[in-house]
Amino acid sequence: MNLASGTSQVSGRQIPDRRRSPLQRFLTSWELLLLGVAVAVFIINSFASPYFLDPWNLSDATFNFTEKALIAFAMALLIISGEIDLSVASIIALASTAMGFAVQLGADTSLLVLIGLGVGLACGAFNGFLVTGFGLPSIVVTIGTMSLFRGISYIVLGDKAYTGYPSDFAFFGQGYVWWVISFELVLFAVMAILFAILLHRTNFGRAVYVIGNNPVGALFSGIRVSRVKFTLFLLTGLMSGVAAICLTSRLGATRPSIAFGWELEVVTMVVLGGISILGGSGTIPGVVIAAFVMGMVTFGFGLLNVPGIVMSIFIGLLLIAVIALPRIARQLLARRRT
Amino acid sequence: MIQSLIKSREGILAAAILALLLVISTRFPAFAAPKNLANVFNDTAPLIILALGQMAVILTRCIDLSVAANLALTGMVVAMLNTAMPDLPVPLILLIAVALGTLMGLVNGLLVWKLDIPPIVVTLGTMTIYRGIIFVISGGEWINAHEMSPAFKAFPREVILGLPVLSWMAILVVIGFIVLVGRSPLGRAFYAVGGNPHAAVYTGINVGRTQCAAFVLSGALAGLTGYLWVARYAVAYVDIAGGFELEVVAACVIGGISIAGGIGSVGGALLGALFLGIVKNALPVVNISPFWQLAISGSAIIIAVAFNATSNRTKGRVILKKAEHAL
Repeated sequence: MNLASGTSQVSGRQIPDRRRSPLQRFLTSWELLLLGVAVAVFIINSFASPYFLDPWNLSDATFNFTEKALIAFAMALLIISGEIDLSVASIIALASTAMGFAVQLGADTSLLVLIGLGVGLACGAFNGFLVTGFGLPSIVVTIGTMSLFRGISYIVLGDKAYTGYPSDFAFFGQGYVWWVISFELVLFAVMAILFAILLHRTNFGRAVYVIGNNPVGALFSGIRVSRVKFTLFLLTGLMSGVAAICLTSRLGATRPSIAFGWELEVVTMVVLGGISILGGSGTIPGVVIAAFVMGMVTFGFGLLNVPGIVMSIFIGLLLIAVIALPRIARQLLARRRT
Repeated sequence: MIQSLIKSREGILAAAILALLLVISTRFPAFAAPKNLANVFNDTAPLIILALGQMAVILTRCIDLSVAANLALTGMVVAMLNTAMPDLPVPLILLIAVALGTLMGLVNGLLVWKLDIPPIVVTLGTMTIYRGIIFVISGGEWINAHEMSPAFKAFPREVILGLPVLSWMAILVVIGFIVLVGRSPLGRAFYAVGGNPHAAVYTGINVGRTQCAAFVLSGALAGLTGYLWVARYAVAYVDIAGGFELEVVAACVIGGISIAGGIGSVGGALLGALFLGIVKNALPVVNISPFWQLAISGSAIIIAVAFNATSNRTKGRVILKKAEHAL
């Protein structure tokens, strides 16, 4: 990601002489700060609106972030490795359009799921091939495919919409596993655990960090950089396909404008979760908490009747503030030392 | 001379545009008539102006995704000013529009310069913030033609020497850029910062300030276009020019401006914008649904960036294999 690097390459990363103890690291970690914010938002919300603490309302609130978070997990790995995928929302549109098209031809639910996942994988493979095969900057490639994928949806659908999904297809987005625990929430939890294991407990996860910190060094230490990056694009495409299935099932209809602007919210979620946009650092638990924070804030605003576009101001401010505040703090600290 | 023209990026693009025009005009001769071409140019003028601003930003290794939101916010503000004070003279409105756009560009630039935040994050953020502010100040209402004063609407359409003012604005900006990029220290600094930031520091160029200047320039042009856009289409609402930032980036990428910074020319950006403008205007003529446009510009970006990468790769000796290219 050439653009993201910009000038900050000049300064370089500083490595301390001795690592601090795990407890110390936890107490000063981004995740703990974020957890504090999440608790604060929860408390403020429950005071702001009497309807907030109802279990069914809280259950509804989770739909605000589960689908986006599914993509955010894969996006987190991609951003840690130093790439980015801005086409995720358009992959949702294309996958959803493909599923809608299949419904018109009489496809059943299992086939629809296969199509959704397949289109997601194919789009991810296309992005990955362009980035790793030709050595193109991922940001431009995915700005291009962002127009291309959604453009295909517009060509197929125009101003029309696909409806008439089979009734058992509705389970993915509207079904409940137990009481107020929705299928999407369970999927979110399972995926969070799987991705946390993948990133923090496997060789593949280590390789992702190494690539993000030093791609050339990674290559010389025997990591197949291109293959790992290609896999990450595949994974992001696949998770976008999963999100497309959930969202289409929840809405019960497909329009070409489906999930418009989600790429921004997914990236915000990842960055808010403490993943460095320059690559090389961040954790999955951070993304999980960030998902909760964003979901709760959106839901709280919704209960207070704040229009969606005003919430987007807040999300934009959040995105900038989250990155700016630590830098301002660091600058102030550096000034005091000298 | 001719050989270098054939080899150059601009030469190929100009040939592609001519071929495109030729193909269309064999079936629809009216499309290539001078009057229609002038219309196409006028239609493309906002894209040309913004693409040049974007070029300055991309040259310095940044990207400005907030231009369309900047345009829309400036447009809304001047339209609201006009409805509140219909007697405000047009030059003053132009000044306000440019000043407002400059201010928004400055916000982007300062965040990139002083806080060292990656430009894509800054402008993704300000893009949503600026759009949101339009909703807040307008309350989601539209400002329609009948609420604007006649002088306000007439300015971009006024015909001077056979071309509307909007077209002349684009021509002026192009000339201004040729001078700025080719003949001024700031223009050279854009290339130096993008080409090699470390070397630029050692030659005494302030990298952050140069990037900030590029953002300010891009913002000012977005502000100018904001007024021209709203006055020309005689309507202002939250979503005007939605997604236009991608078209602007597409024009630059198609024009051969390297997203890695430091490579690109005014002619390239101009031709890139014209290419997109001609495609856009030709689609209804050749009876293809306008819904194709998004996919076409997406494909054009991908093809252009792949083309850029292969044509730039031959430059210089490869001492160490680049990590991304290996395997």
